[in-house]
Amino acid sequence: MCDPIRPILLVEDNPMDVDLTKRAFARRKVVNPIEVARDGEEALDFFKQSEGRILLPIVILLDLKLPKVDGLEVLRYLKTHPRFHVVPVVVLSTSSEDSDIQVAYREGANSYIAKPVDFDRFIQVVDQMRIYWCILNKPPR
Amino acid sequence: MNNTDRSILLIEDNPMDVDLTRRAFARRKVINPFQVARDGEEALAFLGKWEAGEALPVVILLDINLPKVNGLEILHQFKTHPLSQKVPVIILTTSDEDRDIQVAYEQGANSYIVKPVDFEKFVDVAAQIDLYWNVINIPPR
Repeated sequence: MCDPIRPILLVEDNPMDVDLTKRAFARRKVVNPIEVARDGEEALDFFKQSEGRILLPIVILLDLKLPKVDGLEVLRYLKTHPRFHVVPVVVLSTSSEDSDIQVAYREGANSYIAKPVDFDRFIQVVDQMRIYWCILNKPPR
Repeated sequence: MNNTDRSILLIEDNPMDVDLTRRAFARRKVINPFQVARDGEEALAFLGKWEAGEALPVVILLDINLPKVNGLEILHQFKTHPLSQKVPVIILTTSDEDRDIQVAYEQGANSYIVKPVDFEKFVDVAAQIDLYWNVINIPPR
């Protein structure tokens, strides 16, 4: 069981997906706060502004298609950073193209998930991610 | 999406744990073929098989307390080899030492799971691992 005060960082520009994800987590009484970055720049700011003082997220859910700074660039920044590179990053994408999957793993994504279009399926997948990354997985400190 | 034609590679030296893991997965009707490496040398031998064209596993479950070659060393070898670098590696171990967790993520582990001692709980964990890595996660080819 992971530390309940450490946040989950959701990097997602689509307000509906943000809302759905939050609701899916809330339904299951996830106590970790969910921080939302609405584009790549906000995601980078989240890490850069707080320097060494932030509580590391237990997991980062990262959409690939983002305005301003795209998801791959955020992934690269995180996975080459001396402190942040250990944080699990789950790439959420509407693409199931082989090339996108390969690139994401090569850049150090911990997991790659295709976002379901269907609402019920979306809730199921978010729920599965919650169980896996908030309960089962041991995050680094 | 299921990847049941691709194998799960289990790297574990304790025969009882190998047996328990197989049984836990079988209980959940996981039908992927299981490949087992019983020590670090056997694990590293897989690199040669993959170079020879054998299909990559869908996920690797790696114990870190292994004879001959330490599990974290195997992780390092797998995560720096061009073929196996992208394959998700889940550390499945009894150790919940901070240092092991930290080093595992530093070396590129995709996830770190502490093995429950209780069999029924282990069956649940096996089910979650299967559901996450075999059903919702998209592995690289």
